[in-house]
Amino acid sequence: MTANAHDAGGAAQSMPALLDRNAKAYPKKAAYREKEFGIWQSWTWAETREEIRMLALGLLDLGVQRGDFIAIIGANRPHLYWSIVAAQMIGAVPVPLYADSAADEMAYVLDHCGARFVIAEDQEQVDKISDIRAQLGALEEVIYLDPKGMRKYDHSHLHDFVGIQTRGNAARGTLLVELERRQGDITYDDICVMLYTSGTTGKPKGVVLSNRNIIETSKNSSDFDNLGPGDEVLAYLPMAWVGDFIFSIGQAYWTGFCVNCPESETTLITDLREIGPTYYFAPPRVFETQLTNVMIRMEDAGRLKKKLFDHFMGLARRVGGDILDGKPVGVLDRLRYRLGSVLIYGPLKDTLGLGRVRVGYTAGEAIGPEIFDFYRSLGINLKQLYGQTEASVFITQQPDGQVRSDTVGVASPGVEIRIGDSGEVYYRGPGVFEYYYKNAESTASTKDAEGWVATGDAGFIEEETGHLRIIDRAKDVGKMADGRLFAPKYVENKLKFYPNILEAVVFGNGRDCCTAFINIDLNAVGNWAERRNIAYSSYQELAGHPQVLDAIQGHVEAINASIAEDEMLSGCQIHRFLILHKELDADDGEMTRTRKVRRRIIEEKYKDLIQALYSDAQQVSTRTEVTYEDGRKGHIAATLVLRDAAVTTPAQPRVAAE
Amino acid sequence: MSLAEQYVADDVAETSDGYVTADGRKIGGVMMEMRNITLKFGGVVAIKDISFDIRQGEIRAIIGPNGAGKSSMLNVISGFYHPQEGEVWYNGARRAPLRPYQVARQGIARTFQNIALFEGMTVLDNVMTGRLNFMNTNLLQQAVWRGKAAREEVHNREFVEKIIDFLEIQAIRKTPVSRLPYGLKKRVELARALAAEPHLLLLDEPMAGMNVEEKEDMSRFILNANDEFGTTIALIEHDMGVVMDLSDRVVVMDYGKKIGDGTPDEVRNDQAVIDAYLGVAHD
Repeated sequence: MTANAHDAGGAAQSMPALLDRNAKAYPKKAAYREKEFGIWQSWTWAETREEIRMLALGLLDLGVQRGDFIAIIGANRPHLYWSIVAAQMIGAVPVPLYADSAADEMAYVLDHCGARFVIAEDQEQVDKISDIRAQLGALEEVIYLDPKGMRKYDHSHLHDFVGIQTRGNAARGTLLVELERRQGDITYDDICVMLYTSGTTGKPKGVVLSNRNIIETSKNSSDFDNLGPGDEVLAYLPMAWVGDFIFSIGQAYWTGFCVNCPESETTLITDLREIGPTYYFAPPRVFETQLTNVMIRMEDAGRLKKKLFDHFMGLARRVGGDILDGKPVGVLDRLRYRLGSVLIYGPLKDTLGLGRVRVGYTAGEAIGPEIFDFYRSLGINLKQLYGQTEASVFITQQPDGQVRSDTVGVASPGVEIRIGDSGEVYYRGPGVFEYYYKNAESTASTKDAEGWVATGDAGFIEEETGHLRIIDRAKDVGKMADGRLFAPKYVENKLKFYPNILEAVVFGNGRDCCTAFINIDLNAVGNWAERRNIAYSSYQELAGHPQVLDAIQGHVEAINASIAEDEMLSGCQIHRFLILHKELDADDGEMTRTRKVRRRIIEEKYKDLIQALYSDAQQVSTRTEVTYEDGRKGHIAATLVLRDAAVTTPAQPRVAAE
Repeated sequence: MSLAEQYVADDVAETSDGYVTADGRKIGGVMMEMRNITLKFGGVVAIKDISFDIRQGEIRAIIGPNGAGKSSMLNVISGFYHPQEGEVWYNGARRAPLRPYQVARQGIARTFQNIALFEGMTVLDNVMTGRLNFMNTNLLQQAVWRGKAAREEVHNREFVEKIIDFLEIQAIRKTPVSRLPYGLKKRVELARALAAEPHLLLLDEPMAGMNVEEKEDMSRFILNANDEFGTTIALIEHDMGVVMDLSDRVVVMDYGKKIGDGTPDEVRNDQAVIDAYLGVAHD
């Protein structure tokens, strides 16, 4: 049992202390794996401790003081995770940043926390730092991991990762005492990590999380799903995101499970399949993409395979979910389902890399019921959770056997929930953040004296089940001109459940009807077009193709019909829409790095298009500024067609009943 | 004074057998020298009395309009064509006419204008063929695959994996080449050439038919290969932006003759080059 190890580590009040415990309890067990040069390399807990201590000594030698901020920028790699713990070990504060942020976004964050040191993955990140170095008075030394292309760089303030470790090892004799002293001084209330929120509105805020926040949360959530040292995760989500911090550091150190890092972003699917994680997290978008790919490939499959697939997926849809939830299912169906597991479900799950998943979570956005049910019907225990950086992730989550696509579950262990008068969701618990760094004003407006935190989301608790349901961002929920409720996210999510639609932005606050911008999914629509012999040369051309417009119009009218059934929201039906000529992009500031739509910015940037949607025009010409990956700017011009969509009138207007 | 002589005399800090570029790369002495090369195909004179040299560690470009004789020149350098007149000097010795495998053993590798990969094989296998000169076991040993043959393959595979990592083609390692888009095939060709650990790498229009992003990637790989492995590179390219950014020195050809030779700046401002190829600059 794992309980023994946990009891022994009961006093462990920091990640470095948990590291010591794991190195003692599981010295030979893999702690990290990374695929490099085509082979999975691994490090045991004992080796990991050694690597981290060498790095920590090297950082001491470099002059890191207690309380210094060390920014960590790059993709998920063991060395960067070690950097986080090495920083903690010597009393510094790790600040992981989004690796795909543009240089000026990075400049804001680095300047805000006054980072003295940066540990960067490769040339790309080092170049970004060099570009903004002049604005960063506090920045002293930069350490890089991958030396490729940096041979001729000026190395006066630039260091090789391994070089720092070697330096640390050489200075072990003189610095070991200091290292032990620094680690010994860490308390439960010290800062564990500072994570910047993605900032749906305004500038990012630095959320300070203590060792108590992270360890208590990791303990509770690991117990909730019985996570143990035998579990495997694939670390592929941004390191700057709180979820990755909890899964790949918090829970990994608490339970001692193994963190696997993919070879590169592009090999992710292969790596996932090779590792076969037992504990898996992905935002709805990833599940959507995977499902879309499966469906596209099934379209091209042979007739027998397609028949088998359709037959057994039909069966799975009917009984798969119930079998997973342990509900009564007939013997014959159970036998059939077992046959399906051998022929279809098993191989399919293996192909998806989800064959061994014991606990899977999705969060961040609403997930389409069809998508959610598809995975569950295959026997994958996919659940939903609701969380925030400020809560160290967990606010609510779904217990095994009580899983539904339209709720986000019950309060996580140790967390209390209450719904405010305005309908906003509040929570309180051990994971609640300490404060926003250098922003007492925001801290005070988010967290009250009793520790209640406002989520900014509107929702309600279902009376029968006690599960929380989220409607929309509280500040996005508005009123239409005639006073009917306007909940854009609700409509957008419905639209996004169609594989053809990647993003949607709905407008209508204070107006007399709703309209929408739509982004098509190039992958899905491209494939669709190919099969219909529709020629196109660019995203823009495909997006403007009349047949694509027809298809999207069909989707819009279908969701109008479904919205009409909901009395409260029937006013949100979409009267007119257009398909945008470019994908909404974080580089253009239209989305956050976690791919949430920035409504205000889009409203401002595409004013002309919105105006056209609320006019009688049949088409509109526009010119849009785009930012390339390297920060250069350009323009694209386009003429967009505006389409009217049929609106469904509720079958029986129940005005009289009011 | 020719452009080439000015080049050495005027603006390069000459060391005894090399110089240092503005961005700090060390360029060594002359590695390959073409002396009065003339190449004829029957009555057609493809190359007329051309002389130039390639220095250790530099990136040397050959440019010119279509039919100027660039690819023929590259084929002379690679030893595929044997010029009727003139001498090719390589590493301080005059080079006799060679067979292709002898060229490869001399440390010269190349990529082709029209991709020449094994379409049915995977990327990994294609790149492994670049290691042919580093495989010394015979057929029987490889069939048994014990001891030496296995060690040899592991060693070669390790090297190939480093190249795969270097060119960021991990995701297509096991993909048959026929399924790859054009830009990636070009990258695989470069990988195969680099796997041969060449001293001199010849690239025939490495960016032809690529979009801007692919060109940027390719430029970065070429610069990194030069920087990381110290590989000397001679390339033919039509994209002037790329040529001027990448190369240390440029040879300009027109109708089989050399009309210019020097740093990108010198060539850009050379009246003969402007008239024949670049056209008038708009200010």
